[in-house]
Amino acid sequence: MSPSWPADVFHELQNARVTQVAYVPDAGHGQLIGLCHADAGMRAVSLTTEEEGVAMLAGAWLGGQRGVLLLQSSGVGNCINMLALNLECRIPLLALVTMRGEWGEFNPWQVPMGRSTASALETAGVLVYRADAADDVAPTVRAATALAFHSSRAVAVLIGQRVIGTKSFEK
Amino acid sequence: MSAPLDRRAVAARILSARGDALVVTGLGNPTYDVAAAGDTALNFYLWAAMGGAAMTGLGLALAQPRRRVLVVTGDGEMLMGLGSLATIGVERPSNLAIVVLDNEHYGETGMQPAHTGRGVDLAGIAAATGFKLAVTVRTETELELLAAQLFTADGPLFAAVKVSTAPSPTSLPPRDGPYLRSRFREALLGADIHR
Repeated sequence: MSPSWPADVFHELQNARVTQVAYVPDAGHGQLIGLCHADAGMRAVSLTTEEEGVAMLAGAWLGGQRGVLLLQSSGVGNCINMLALNLECRIPLLALVTMRGEWGEFNPWQVPMGRSTASALETAGVLVYRADAADDVAPTVRAATALAFHSSRAVAVLIGQRVIGTKSFEK
Repeated sequence: MSAPLDRRAVAARILSARGDALVVTGLGNPTYDVAAAGDTALNFYLWAAMGGAAMTGLGLALAQPRRRVLVVTGDGEMLMGLGSLATIGVERPSNLAIVVLDNEHYGETGMQPAHTGRGVDLAGIAAATGFKLAVTVRTETELELLAAQLFTADGPLFAAVKVSTAPSPTSLPPRDGPYLRSRFREALLGADIHR
């Protein structure tokens, strides 16, 4: 059975009038990405690298639209320099980050970026919230969305690997 | 072979026909070149975020489908965001145009050679990703042809305009981020957007 938090997050994004969705394909966000693509009121854009989305969503906001960046913790490092747009211009950023490299991780190469995800974002100046239970994800996204768009801040929600489930390498 | 085009003259020529187009600039000389052609609230200048100009243009173009969006950037900045050409090629925004003022060097950091002077063809890359028009411009005649298409032809459009490395007079636009974003949004969306 698929979890319900992706649909709950999708409704939070709809309620917040988020219309541009920038993402790097990710299993943890798979269900949410599918919902966004299927919605006629949203434009979901697949990126080659995460920092493209930071710039794209800054452009969206300059043009009067709200956006969300969906990424995996491994992509957070790619974004840091591009955050100058948000942090100097006080342009909102809503980033939903699925965590790797923690709860039951099989792939040791995911551990370094997973361990530094929160501190890298905070050091850069991004406000970081975290959900480690499925029921906490949507309320946390709702609060982060309000903070991002009402207070013009860069906000990231980290969705713990415990929520998503440990990736299986069995094919 | 005619003398290489002057970057300030190219920016001025292109922007003379902009109408109500929205302009995003890449950091360094393109920001200065666009400012020298006339500072306006509908210019959004990047002073950092290298590699992000084209994607800022994409988000803006998707948000404002009725307005032409022009990105003016440099070859080094475009090279840092090459993947964004693939993303734009897939999304195919018909109102987005990208002009690279290509002096084949990193002008801001001491004129180190860039890949575009060493065999890398940006227009070729843009064409391969699906841009509707992707050209390299070297002469006044080609520049006139580009200027005629830039704000009217169906996009996405891409042009690498080869320009000289001759230095230009200092022309620094405002660099305060909140001021730049607020004046841009107010000019585009109205003063109520601040509420």
